[in-house]
Amino acid sequence: MSAVAIEGVWKFYGDYPALRDVRLEAEPGACLALIGRNGAGKTTLLRIVAGFSRPGRGKVKIFGTEPRETETRRRMGFIGHGISVYDELSAFENLTLFGKLYGLPDPRKSALEWLERTGLERVRNGLVREFSRGMRQRLAVARAFLHEPSLLLLDEPFTALDDRAIAVLQRLLREALAAGKTIVMSTHQLREALDLASHVALLSRGQVAFHGPRTPEMVADPGYVYARYGDSG
Amino acid sequence: MRDKLVYVLGAAAILLFVRNILAITGLPPEAQQGAIFKIIFFHVPMAMTAMLCSFVALVGSVMFLITRNFKYDAVAVAVTEVGLALLLGNLVTGSIWGRIIWGIWWTWDARLTSALVCWLLYAGYLMLRRAIEEPTQRATFAAVFSIFAFIDVPIVIFSIKWWRTQHPQPVFWGGGSFPPDWAQVFWLNVLAMILFGAVMCAVRLSQEEQQRELDSLRRMAHAF
Amino acid sequence: MNFPRQVLVIAIKDLRAEIRTKEAINASFAFALVVLLLFSFAFDPEAETTREISGGLLWIVFAFAGTLVLNRSFARELPNDCLDALIAAPISGAALFLGKALANYVLVMAMEVVSLPVFCIFNNVGGPVSQKIWPILMVMALGTWGLTVIGTIFSALTVNIRLREVMLPMLTYPILVPALMAAMLLTKGLVLGQPLTGDSLTWLKMLIGFDLIYTAVSLALVEIVLVG
Repeated sequence: MSAVAIEGVWKFYGDYPALRDVRLEAEPGACLALIGRNGAGKTTLLRIVAGFSRPGRGKVKIFGTEPRETETRRRMGFIGHGISVYDELSAFENLTLFGKLYGLPDPRKSALEWLERTGLERVRNGLVREFSRGMRQRLAVARAFLHEPSLLLLDEPFTALDDRAIAVLQRLLREALAAGKTIVMSTHQLREALDLASHVALLSRGQVAFHGPRTPEMVADPGYVYARYGDSG
Repeated sequence: MRDKLVYVLGAAAILLFVRNILAITGLPPEAQQGAIFKIIFFHVPMAMTAMLCSFVALVGSVMFLITRNFKYDAVAVAVTEVGLALLLGNLVTGSIWGRIIWGIWWTWDARLTSALVCWLLYAGYLMLRRAIEEPTQRATFAAVFSIFAFIDVPIVIFSIKWWRTQHPQPVFWGGGSFPPDWAQVFWLNVLAMILFGAVMCAVRLSQEEQQRELDSLRRMAHAF
Repeated sequence: MNFPRQVLVIAIKDLRAEIRTKEAINASFAFALVVLLLFSFAFDPEAETTREISGGLLWIVFAFAGTLVLNRSFARELPNDCLDALIAAPISGAALFLGKALANYVLVMAMEVVSLPVFCIFNNVGGPVSQKIWPILMVMALGTWGLTVIGTIFSALTVNIRLREVMLPMLTYPILVPALMAAMLLTKGLVLGQPLTGDSLTWLKMLIGFDLIYTAVSLALVEIVLVG
């Protein structure tokens, strides 16, 4: 069974199709990099996979289940454009809050563990609003990994991060892959992403222009996929 | 085909209106209120058609949420707009009648108040639509709002009626009596008003569909 | 984790964030004070008629000031895209909605409970109000729930749209007309020293009915509002 199966998904804004008959699959343990220009539909597709919006037509299956099912949501972790943690709460409070919402057996213990793994244990009682940008981003990473999801959905994960946060995220992603977890990420930072990716999909104008395993050429020349399969530009 | 049907129905509505107006002017003035009483031939059918519109808006909204077909959203917005226009006509004709019979343009009578509240409710629907850019979200949120508004209509009407019956009213509704031989003209005018409303809805419906097509073409032009 | 605990976790999260900043509650109470002050210019507080209109005045203050709290409810989730994380979490939309409604309810009630004595002093109705304080609090509890439920669901509906601050009152007040009317009439009757019987009882039932109907409709539709 595929970890993610996107079965002929369409998304309409009015009559305009932002996604057109997208079919993609990711096997368990795979790391799929979604690439494509701005407006190609990467974020729209990821949000549908994450269950934040419904497809106009078609289906998404996560380990064979619907994205909006409670059990499915428990198995997914999402990092979007925002950090999705509360400025008015402390780092520890943020993580225990999400630990409770995910029904973890011991939210406080998990929170402490992930603060440590992201190098935030020293500031665990500090309010997020007082954090530096890099610390906030690491906390966002901790929030997404907290419930040990088997599927990670990352929307432009490296774009806003500073060097240390990128290092933390890359280490965690590698560990996750080694543990057999699945990753789907959209990205502009081809080098960081292709380094991790096992598969690559190119979205162009809401359609899948290319989907296949990552090849050595792609890492050597990140522009390769665009040049070979993409539209002009 | 649909265009032709709209023209035929529109012509039928106009002819029926002309026929009814001739018949209404031919009727003698009502015993107590005189000629102004005849405003009821338009005042009440407008209210009835507006109510019908709010019901169709509910059906369209629920159908949109089930099927996600934009046709139903277009139906909902078309009937809501036409219903609002008719309800406004109802308020204005009521106000004119009130000026002649009561000597005042407005009073917080139960029916006037409920009509005004309902008008504001559905005006909110249109305002909400204007504030949302993305068509799918606009249709979804508008449909949810329409359901809330429709449920409120009976509660508003009953509670305001209740409220008024507890208070002494400075003026009362009615006073005139409806001669039985006027009923036929009245119902024919109800029919004319519903026809008229349906034609207006059909026109707005095709405008709405063209608007959506234009909108998607514009998006496509920007995207490529 | 079961449903009531999820509701509680969300509510406590909102309340804790609010207590740290006090943005909504301070603004709401300050606004209530300003409106109360303006009333003293509009109406003669010494006159006997004040008692007649006290119910109406009080609920106008509550509805206006309450909107400031409700406007913040989902707007609070905007800055860091926190709403995404809540929608992604394995709790139902109903739990999320009820949790937020509960937090709003506590905040709006707090504003009202503080405003009530100020209102009584300014308008010289302390005596009659204290005699009927428990029934008045009950009417406040019921009326405020209606205000909160409608306000919370529409806060979710308007959170991402243009002119959010204006849209919320424009959309909610017409819908709230029956509930506000009931609350105003009941409060007025109590201030005038009438018992809760007969017509008043019917109004009370109407208010409870309004609360129940709109709680049910909101719970049924909240998932559509959140994920489309």
